[in-house]
Amino acid sequence: MSGHVAPKSLYYLIFLALMIGTGVTVLVAKFDLGPLNNIVMLSVACAKALLVILFFMHVRWSSRLTWVVAGSGFFWLLILFSITMSDYMSRGWVPGTLR
Amino acid sequence: MHGVVMVFFFLIPSIPAVLGNFLVPIMIGAKDLAFPRINLLSWYIYVLGGVFTLFAALSGGVDTGWTFYTPYSTAASNSHVMSAALGVFITGFSSILTGLNFIVTIHRMRAPGMTWFRLPLFIWAHYATSLIMILGTPVIAITVLMVAAERALHLGIFDPALGGDPVLFQHLFWFYSHPAVYIMILPAMGVISEIVQAFSRKNIFGYSFIAFSSLAIAVIGFFVWGHHLFVAGQSVYAGLIFSFISFLVAIPSAIKVFNWTATIYKGSVSLDSPMLYAFGFIGLFTIGGLTGLVLATMGIDIHVHDTYFVVAHFHYIMVGGAIMGYLGGLHYWWPKMTGKLYSEAWSKFSALIVFVGFNLTFFPQFIAGYIGMPRRYHAYPPEFQVLNVLSSAGASILAVGYIIPLIYFMYSLVAGEKAANDPWGSRGLEWEIPSPPPTENFTVTPVVTEGTHQYVHPSQEVGVA
Repeated sequence: MSGHVAPKSLYYLIFLALMIGTGVTVLVAKFDLGPLNNIVMLSVACAKALLVILFFMHVRWSSRLTWVVAGSGFFWLLILFSITMSDYMSRGWVPGTLR
Repeated sequence: MHGVVMVFFFLIPSIPAVLGNFLVPIMIGAKDLAFPRINLLSWYIYVLGGVFTLFAALSGGVDTGWTFYTPYSTAASNSHVMSAALGVFITGFSSILTGLNFIVTIHRMRAPGMTWFRLPLFIWAHYATSLIMILGTPVIAITVLMVAAERALHLGIFDPALGGDPVLFQHLFWFYSHPAVYIMILPAMGVISEIVQAFSRKNIFGYSFIAFSSLAIAVIGFFVWGHHLFVAGQSVYAGLIFSFISFLVAIPSAIKVFNWTATIYKGSVSLDSPMLYAFGFIGLFTIGGLTGLVLATMGIDIHVHDTYFVVAHFHYIMVGGAIMGYLGGLHYWWPKMTGKLYSEAWSKFSALIVFVGFNLTFFPQFIAGYIGMPRRYHAYPPEFQVLNVLSSAGASILAVGYIIPLIYFMYSLVAGEKAANDPWGSRGLEWEIPSPPPTENFTVTPVVTEGTHQYVHPSQEVGVA
């Protein structure tokens, strides 16, 4: 496919970063950070996903069209999350309805 | 099981796989799809998914319905949920690969001169469908995988006892499955756009409106899923938004219906069998679409939710729309695909039988549902007896209407007359090559100099008095 060949060392570096991310996730699970729980977990997960997409999937070196395609995938995920959350956040606003 | 098989193994792949794989390359002047081997792979994957689902069917079936609603599917059902869900999961990949193949083909393989706004509307419809296939199908795949994970490993995703939320399943499920309705209907709309032009001998009225309305349906279709959750415990405020957006999706659908009607208006209409199916589609889809607006209205939905009104509504879209389009397309391109002509008299007769049988089957269900007959029960109070008898009688007639084409299509393969290149007098690249087309479609790559369908009204034809 695309002509770009990344050095092997980069892949090992990314792999290391992913392992550290996993370690952080496991470590954080041992402590209760209150409202920060979800924020930390999701941030680590997003960072890991980004590394995989940019480097392992070569999007970093791909054409603008590939960026648009990858970006639209994310945008669609955002639609799913945000509109689903519109339900969860507004539940129980009407007195007597379920939360 | 009826739902699983019909939705995932018939309605979704029918037009894209049978007609799309054949016509998409020909219509844009290409030798084949961009990835012929991936095309074959998607067929193998489809068969593999089918094997799992068939196993579920033969070993006792699955009692969750095609929707696999939690917590029943995860915590209660002891039927073959796992194999049916796995079948759906696997078949999803077949759908994704087909969508990917169409998008790459349409972007990269168009013949010289085949600009975006010279593309046949069938292609626009398949392009929009492919977008939904790629953006939506991964979500259903992950969702059924979550069901499997909760069933097998007791991970708390949907079960409240484990900290999950059953309504979350419905959100994830319908995020794909509502757009999936448009995967079924958009290709049929593409077929109708082609047939209406060919049998009215007129160029389509409002080409770009129809092209963009396909994309609009594909995009807006992703924002309306919550109208399936009005009474599922979803917040009423979210329901309001979903209700409003659901009304919006009627606009591009109406654009198509009005533009087809305007195309037929003052055309030189010939009532060959594909056109009969197209007429059936336009009428039945309109009824199905308008009753969709009834269901999108929150207050009325509470009254008719989970009644036969809903069953009638979506069958008007699925059967009256998608299958009418499929049959219309099959009749229109059969001579091109096989090189053989079928009996026109029999095909007109069967189109009529399908139309009558269909309406007799499903129209009484609107009435039964509106006066309160719930879905998913095998028994009903005596006041629904007449309507149910009518509906069953219609189903038998409809079955006859489906069997007759099977017979004359088979017969045409054996003893049918040889079809000319362009038996209908249509326009378009597919009609300029032999029937059936040679292996690589075109011996010389065509150069396109004008919109693919240049129909001239008979009164404007040179030499016609």
